[in-house]
Amino acid sequence: MKRSLPWGPMARMTGRRALAAVPVLLAVTFAVFAVAEASPFDPVKAYAGTAGLTASQENLDQLRANLGVDRPLLTRWWEWLTSALTGDLGDSAVMRRPVAEVIGERLGWSVLLAVTAFLVAIALGTLLGVLAGRRRGGAIDRVVSSVAYTLEAAPAFWLGLLAIWFFALRLGALPAGGLTDTASDTVTFDQVARHLVLPALVLGVSQLPWFFLYVRQGVGDALDEDPVRGARARGLGERTVLTGHALRSGMLPMLTLIGSRVPELITGALLVETVFSWPGIAAATVQAATSVDFPLLAALTVLATAAVLLGNLLSDLLYGLADPRVGFDG
Amino acid sequence: MADRRTHRLRLWTSALVVGVVLLAVLLVPPLVQLDEQAVDLSRKLLPPSWEHPFGTDDLGRDLLLRCVYGLRISLLVGLVAALVATVVGTAVGAAAGALGGWTDRTLMRLVDAFSSVPHLLLGIFVVALFRPGVWPVIASVAVTHWLSTARIVRSEVLSLRTRPFVDAAVSGGATRWRVAVRHLLPAVLPQAGLAAVLMVPHAMWHESALSFLGLGLPSHQASLGNLVQNARSSLLAGYGWPTLFPGLLLIVPTLAIAGLAGVWRDRLNPRRRSELML
Repeated sequence: MKRSLPWGPMARMTGRRALAAVPVLLAVTFAVFAVAEASPFDPVKAYAGTAGLTASQENLDQLRANLGVDRPLLTRWWEWLTSALTGDLGDSAVMRRPVAEVIGERLGWSVLLAVTAFLVAIALGTLLGVLAGRRRGGAIDRVVSSVAYTLEAAPAFWLGLLAIWFFALRLGALPAGGLTDTASDTVTFDQVARHLVLPALVLGVSQLPWFFLYVRQGVGDALDEDPVRGARARGLGERTVLTGHALRSGMLPMLTLIGSRVPELITGALLVETVFSWPGIAAATVQAATSVDFPLLAALTVLATAAVLLGNLLSDLLYGLADPRVGFDG
Repeated sequence: MADRRTHRLRLWTSALVVGVVLLAVLLVPPLVQLDEQAVDLSRKLLPPSWEHPFGTDDLGRDLLLRCVYGLRISLLVGLVAALVATVVGTAVGAAAGALGGWTDRTLMRLVDAFSSVPHLLLGIFVVALFRPGVWPVIASVAVTHWLSTARIVRSEVLSLRTRPFVDAAVSGGATRWRVAVRHLLPAVLPQAGLAAVLMVPHAMWHESALSFLGLGLPSHQASLGNLVQNARSSLLAGYGWPTLFPGLLLIVPTLAIAGLAGVWRDRLNPRRRSELML
């Protein structure tokens, strides 16, 4: 009999979380403005760039008034907030374009990279986790686990650079960065696919240890439990026991917690997109930060926070579905 | 248990690595009279050899020496940031757990709000708006790392509050402050200390990431992140070792510190199994 999904409780939980997200997002936007206010950095000089060195004080003052940075913190925050709600996120000082346009153009590439990387991590993590969890303490387990711990300790940017050195420079097999070849001015599918391989692999591998350790633990624990013992006693083959019983219960906790990995994914993307010059929003964040492009940085910080909250919600919903004892009260 | 010997081996290897690292960063700078910034263009990009075990960089600077100096500054930043984060986290967690009520709710909502911003992004935001240097980096790492300590300390304090010795102290007429300082704080220190040790490699990682992105320490200063960043042009020219060694010097101490902390945690908390919870 097919059980219908508990839509009511799930919707209520989503609603509660959405309500709770409002003060958090407000607090984050305000904190962003407060930090900017406290910093010794002058947005007028940043906007003017090198021209600011020779500009007259009068011009600088006009610019200050135009940018609105001479007004009090609360006023500026409120204006930014109200115009952000209507879709106007201000103009990026570095890219000299509306922030919303920059984000709209880059968001898709980041999502493509992140999703591919997650798929790589899940596929590899499951495969290796099953192999290692099957005989914990065995040779395969010890080798793969050591590699996983080492990978967890290795910074993603370093892995990315080594991957460029080996695959792009030594073997010449894959492009070292960017979205398309430098000579090309159109974005074609197979070019993007070729350029996606290395960054997605590196980002996926940097997320891999966590997935691997979860599956290994889950499969290992499940193999010791009664249902598996029962399946073995009924004479089912090793393959059926492993994929049908152990993997199912071993994978569940991992799949439900994927949403809570969003912060780590964003951290990894910040580094990997920068290393591979991938034209996504994470690379834009780093550019915005190094050139103190406040409007862009503020919008991207808020966007990342919203993504984290959404990931948490997703993971709690899935968890409640997978384990009815948990419910949807949080 | 058959794991015992591997356990002991892991413990001693970790201790040995941490010992060597500490000796190197403490003794090499005062004892070895070499300048890690000394440039010699005639010796640029030499591969690893006996004379230069890690090779030289694109300005002919010895990479082993620079890596030791880099590890020193990264370790220093990691230690100070972890210490600051632990003090802040313990204070917030203890206050939330001991005072309860709306203080607890407010502080924990603050922790929730902070942890919804990805750490590195928050760190980037903080350093970006201040001048690059050691202190903004330490501040940016500390501001992102006190959250887990606050949560751990709070839950410890909550469970301690119901114990008989606290009731005894309260009915004996001890003030709130005295109970907190004499009874609660000493009991949470082991957990907080463990969290602090595990935080050191994570803080080092953050420093490297920030420096690599150009938002950390000034780029001429040898830190592990800066070394990787500076090696990028050599890497694209096909020279791999200037990138390889600084990264290895970040991984090896991380694993060693995690190994030591893992043994400590098994004693405190025998049921947990994961080795490296950064």
